[in-house]
Amino acid sequence: MSSYIKRPNRALQLYAVIFLIVLYVPVLFIPLFSFNDSIYVRFPLQGFTVKWYGELWTREPVWNALWNSVKVGLVVSVISTVLGVMAARSITRTRIRGKGALVTFIMMPLVIPGIIFGVALLVLLSRMGVPLSLYTVGLGHLIICLPFAVATLLPRFEGFDPSIEEASADLGENGWWTFWRVTFPMVMPGIVASLLLTFTISFDEFIMAFFLTGTDPTLPMYIWGQLRFPKEFPSVLAMAALILFVSFALVFVAQWVGRKGLEDQE
Amino acid sequence: MKGTSEMASADRFISIRKVSKSFGAFQAIDDVSMDIRQGEFFSLLGASGCGKTTLLRMLAGFESTSKGEIFIDDQPMSDVPPHHRPVNMVFQSYAIFPHLNVRDNIAYGLRKQKLSAARRAEMVEDMLDLIKLPGYGNRKANELSGGQRQRIALARALILRPKVLLLDEPLGALDKQLREQMQLELRALQRQVGITFVFVTHDQEEALTLSDRIAVMAGGKVLQVDTPAGLYETPKTRDVASFIGNMNFFRGTVRRNGSAMAAIEAEGLGTIPMSTAELTKPDGAPVQIGLRPEKFSLSPTRPDTGLAIEGALRTASYMGERSQYYLSIPGKDEPVAVSSPNTHRLIGAQDAPEGQTLWLSWSPEAIVILETD
Repeated sequence: MSSYIKRPNRALQLYAVIFLIVLYVPVLFIPLFSFNDSIYVRFPLQGFTVKWYGELWTREPVWNALWNSVKVGLVVSVISTVLGVMAARSITRTRIRGKGALVTFIMMPLVIPGIIFGVALLVLLSRMGVPLSLYTVGLGHLIICLPFAVATLLPRFEGFDPSIEEASADLGENGWWTFWRVTFPMVMPGIVASLLLTFTISFDEFIMAFFLTGTDPTLPMYIWGQLRFPKEFPSVLAMAALILFVSFALVFVAQWVGRKGLEDQE
Repeated sequence: MKGTSEMASADRFISIRKVSKSFGAFQAIDDVSMDIRQGEFFSLLGASGCGKTTLLRMLAGFESTSKGEIFIDDQPMSDVPPHHRPVNMVFQSYAIFPHLNVRDNIAYGLRKQKLSAARRAEMVEDMLDLIKLPGYGNRKANELSGGQRQRIALARALILRPKVLLLDEPLGALDKQLREQMQLELRALQRQVGITFVFVTHDQEEALTLSDRIAVMAGGKVLQVDTPAGLYETPKTRDVASFIGNMNFFRGTVRRNGSAMAAIEAEGLGTIPMSTAELTKPDGAPVQIGLRPEKFSLSPTRPDTGLAIEGALRTASYMGERSQYYLSIPGKDEPVAVSSPNTHRLIGAQDAPEGQTLWLSWSPEAIVILETD
């Protein structure tokens, strides 16, 4: 009688709206209170202010922590994306036995609780006598980010016709030139998406950092440390609001770039 | 004797010697040997899975040979990777680089030639003229139709002046009208550039239309290599005969009386006198013979001359330029197919009713003696 794609249903629309509100309203309280002129997080709101953001500006340790997170995030996103490209290429372009098992092992960190990896790495590193530092945090983040990089890149490699690379070889280019003239430009949107996604994950990450941070805290570690001091709380909210905004922006850009790339290839 | 050795080399421009290829337990190519001449339009024809694409990919270097050797212009190819082979390929999917425009697609293979920008642009323009797409240089790959992509793929390969151009079912994705037009253009283009074309297709009509010679393949083996007319008129085996067009098959026995007279006694057809040159088998030997449906003539009464038998009409199908009839004849289980051109307009004419008796006549020269399996 009616087509398979049905017309919108009122009850379902209402459900969807409630779902989104429940999901995002708690998060929206953070930017809301970051503009509230009171150190206490409670209603009624006391008035609009940007002084918490101004205060944030003057604090040296906040900016150190931010810079630490950015450094770790950049290095981790580049390394995990390079490894992801290599993994996705081998998975899609070579005949390997046990390919399914290999992909499962690569994706496993997605489902293993971070606390287990965190404890395991801490035990291993301390046994080996490696001092905790931003490098050890980066190592932990790499484990978490690699499956995301592979998951982002794999569909790009699967999505294009292998005969396009064969055509390049046929037209006289070796593997190296074929990669840079054909493969790389074609998976570029996936690479950008992977860089943005892994950077965001590393930037926000707390559990690994909790176990593996030395004397230099990452931003989430620093914020966590500040929660003990009520006076500091509003500027933590301001910081959180900024991070929230940047994270959203990065994920949206990553999504947009990924989709645009797919459209270009029809 | 320089002349003769050059001739021999041109006849064996591509030489495939005892080549086999297996993927695990599957034998994709089974001891294939054949030679392809310089400048000819050569087709590999067969149903899907017969090994034709594998053989083409072996010529391109994308698949290795398990056994045997392929020579191109007297050079063994085993250790030559695809990017160093003097061949270029037009892929079934065309494999146009989606991130490059038409100009950069066509110029892709010119990087190593270190040409000036002006010379390169000139070569691309020449190619665009050759494929009849002048002014398309700045088009993006996703703005092209199937036929245009096919031409770009051709231009991209031909600009490198390969010794051999390999084409993997390049017309398969096009609709019927465009395909027929592209067949003509492809043939003309091949004559114009004079490059050896090796063309893979499963479409026998396409192979007959385009090729100088055709290799019919099945089950990884080459059944017969011949000209289109040779394959159609003198197929060697039943498999080739039924793959190229239609054929009626009859079992028969050789009858000889001394060395002067020879005949075949065939089921349903009676005794057919044959020339002793053509029929070399001894008296009493079983043979299999074939007769194409269009080699029969139908008439309501017994023709005055030639060999004729009586048959009962089973079905008649009007097909435009010709009609297809099936008749049952005494002494043979399967009905005989007869194809008859409609040389007169049939408006208002009644088709012969089912069961009507008609006379089939043929000439002994139309008989093809097939190898018995």
